[in-house]
Amino acid sequence: MADLSRRAVIKATGAIGATLLPVGLAPNESAAQEQRHVAATDGGLAAGPQAQATAYLFFNAEEAAFVEAAVARLIPADDKWAGAVEAGVPNYIDKQLNGAWGAGERLYRSGPWQAGTPSQGYQLPFTPAELFRTAIAAINAELKDTRFAKMSASEQDAYLHSLEAGGKDLGGVPSNVFFADLWEATVEGFFSDPVYGGNRDMVAWRMIGFPGAYASYYDLVHQHGIAVARAPTSLAEDVHGHVHMDAAIPAHVP
Amino acid sequence: MAERLKPVNVVTVGVGMTGGIMGKELAAAGLTVVGLERGPMRDTVPDFQSPAGHDELRFAIRKALMQDNVKEAVTCRNSSDQTALPMRRWQGFLPGTGLGGALVHWNGQTYRFQPGDFIYRTHLEQRYGKNFVDSELTIQDWGVTYDELEPHYDRFEYLCGTSGKAGNIKGKIQSGGNPFEGPRSREYPTPPMKEPYYGALFRKGAESLGYHPFPQPASTLSQPYTNPEGLKLQQCVFCGFCERFACEHFAKASPQTIVLPAALKNPNYELRTNCQVLRVNLDSTGKKATGVTYVDAAGRELEQPADLVLITAYALNNVRMLLNSRIGKPYDPSTGEGAVGRNYAYQTVSGATIFYDEDVNINPFIASGSSGTVIDEFSVDNFDHGPHKFIGGAYVGAIMTNGRPIEFHPTPPGTPAWGLGWKQAVARHYNHSVVLTVHGSSHPTRRNYLDLDPTYKDAWGLPLLRVTFDFPDNDIRMSTFVTDKAAEIGRAMGGKIVAAAPRTRPWTTTVYQTTHNTGGTVMGSDPKTSVVNRYLQCWDVPNVFVVGASAFAHNSSYNPTDTVGALTYWALDAIKSKYLKSPGPLVQA
Repeated sequence: MADLSRRAVIKATGAIGATLLPVGLAPNESAAQEQRHVAATDGGLAAGPQAQATAYLFFNAEEAAFVEAAVARLIPADDKWAGAVEAGVPNYIDKQLNGAWGAGERLYRSGPWQAGTPSQGYQLPFTPAELFRTAIAAINAELKDTRFAKMSASEQDAYLHSLEAGGKDLGGVPSNVFFADLWEATVEGFFSDPVYGGNRDMVAWRMIGFPGAYASYYDLVHQHGIAVARAPTSLAEDVHGHVHMDAAIPAHVP
Repeated sequence: MAERLKPVNVVTVGVGMTGGIMGKELAAAGLTVVGLERGPMRDTVPDFQSPAGHDELRFAIRKALMQDNVKEAVTCRNSSDQTALPMRRWQGFLPGTGLGGALVHWNGQTYRFQPGDFIYRTHLEQRYGKNFVDSELTIQDWGVTYDELEPHYDRFEYLCGTSGKAGNIKGKIQSGGNPFEGPRSREYPTPPMKEPYYGALFRKGAESLGYHPFPQPASTLSQPYTNPEGLKLQQCVFCGFCERFACEHFAKASPQTIVLPAALKNPNYELRTNCQVLRVNLDSTGKKATGVTYVDAAGRELEQPADLVLITAYALNNVRMLLNSRIGKPYDPSTGEGAVGRNYAYQTVSGATIFYDEDVNINPFIASGSSGTVIDEFSVDNFDHGPHKFIGGAYVGAIMTNGRPIEFHPTPPGTPAWGLGWKQAVARHYNHSVVLTVHGSSHPTRRNYLDLDPTYKDAWGLPLLRVTFDFPDNDIRMSTFVTDKAAEIGRAMGGKIVAAAPRTRPWTTTVYQTTHNTGGTVMGSDPKTSVVNRYLQCWDVPNVFVVGASAFAHNSSYNPTDTVGALTYWALDAIKSKYLKSPGPLVQA
């Protein structure tokens, strides 16, 4: 410890502080909660997330341009609710592909490899990261100068429909398989907890009225048909101490 | 060369519900017991706690509590003329792993099978004649009766603290319960759960058609309860994170909450986690097991000698363990000979979705894994099948379990698959839809079976299990009939649109239906058509018992867990009262 320079100490504690002192401990937390509550009930896009610059860890610039443009058509913004891009879905997909999931976590990867029947499900040797990289490279190669991101919305929709219909080979990935994976990842990024980098400001949950990670509705079960107007809660917020457990049921070994 | 460990009296292959109960009871009877669990140690505190437990992506989508496919998968095909390929990610069904097994991630739906199920062939032939049942169905009597199992059902339900309303106590029909159920000796241990809105809407619709709705029997508890092991369970708070998740509230019956603490405090009982059993070892006669060989977390191969080997894994893994240990004769569909792998069955599940006006707030996220309301009019043989040309049936109910949005975002027929139209339909319908479940029986046929895959191996170099399955015509006819009835109820529930989808062929591994795989080591009274006798004891190797849904001769309309629990106590009773006094075959072949 004696050898630690003052600068190093500041850096170290600063890092710890950033990890352990989440925003929720700030004194204005209740005001923030209040604001979110208003947002949840009025549902306006004004209070929703702003498009934020994403620090891509997996996608290169060309891949990111395709994914941003594609998910913007899969779940577009409208006058009421943000779409996939504003919700951070490209960021979610990027982080998933960069991590264990992208590397083939929980995927049986032994051969031999055969196409099989549709009932037999995914039978390609690609990990998710390899699959996205391979397919997007093939798409960009096919489209050459008329890059997907530069097309009009209706041209983009037509191209996505052509991928969805299948029959196109994307470097060994059937286009319908890639489309299905892209769509699945988009829905995940839109609706999963914001800790994973999508669903910014819980916009997708506010859109449908899903309250998130609450742990108890015991007092509401029999209030049939009530409007549950409380703002959603993410896992990250629970860490701030707002664990919505029934206070009569503490976590303990009985 | 495997290191040989100190011999014990009993080893259980797997420490989930069946292994936990048997291990606890036999240790209490004075035997030394080792429980070998292939997955990790885990407990309610600290492992299942909030908020991390309420993560749909990690648990429901990425399936964090399930068997690791990297190490071990199952190969599947629809018929023998196809090449089976691995289910590379769990989709169609979800085998669990880790201490407590699948009873950690279950919903808690706790139904008994019907008296007629256990004498299925006899009952149907008596009622409909010898030629009524499709000739391809290999249904048979189980070798045990409902009356024999009743005390064991009762014991298991009181272990779980199951919440429900009896419909038949000692032959007397009880109002508010299921009038079609077999007689029970007493009321459920705890009263029914509160009825969510979707259950109330279903109740109203079903009653208007003259049916008898009742609260789904639930091992997610309606009130605090202390079970006969002295373990305290708590009240379920309807958090909506149940199936595929572990319960942080001590409210769901799981081995951790109902039995394992009692086992673990007994010095006769030793739990070893992260231990993958490779095979049951046999002596030179092939008629006696000497113990098991397993690989521990560090990759060391160890031999655990034991007097009694209890195979208490998941149904599919029970079958695989016998095949990899060369116990019993593997089933051959071309000759119909052999019993290991025979009479595999699944569950024929379908559904209907009801779409309401926007002023009807269903709040699907206010749910427990087993809350909801069901009818039993169309289950098993509760109606006259004479005019219908099929056997079996399904219960129908509103048992929604959750509103987790990655998976649950229903849209009416005609909605675009993506884009603005999809998004707006999701926003419109998410909180205004009710899903009805049609939970149907599954009948074994000569062509549906389990065996070892000739090509694909697990991480330890052993063959994977191969499933050859498609829905029999009989079960498709059943599904069409009962799903129509569900749609009729849906229309009586006041919605604007009802979209019904009966089960169709082919069986696909790509859409989750249920994890209720049954059969393959079925019980019975004839060694030619069963692997274990009526006490779940191997015909060929009498010091091996195989416990689980693999013993089912067919799968009924109901969820299997309660019947697995009853069979566990039934077999235990025979081991304690008969086998231990005089080890050897309990039934002469």
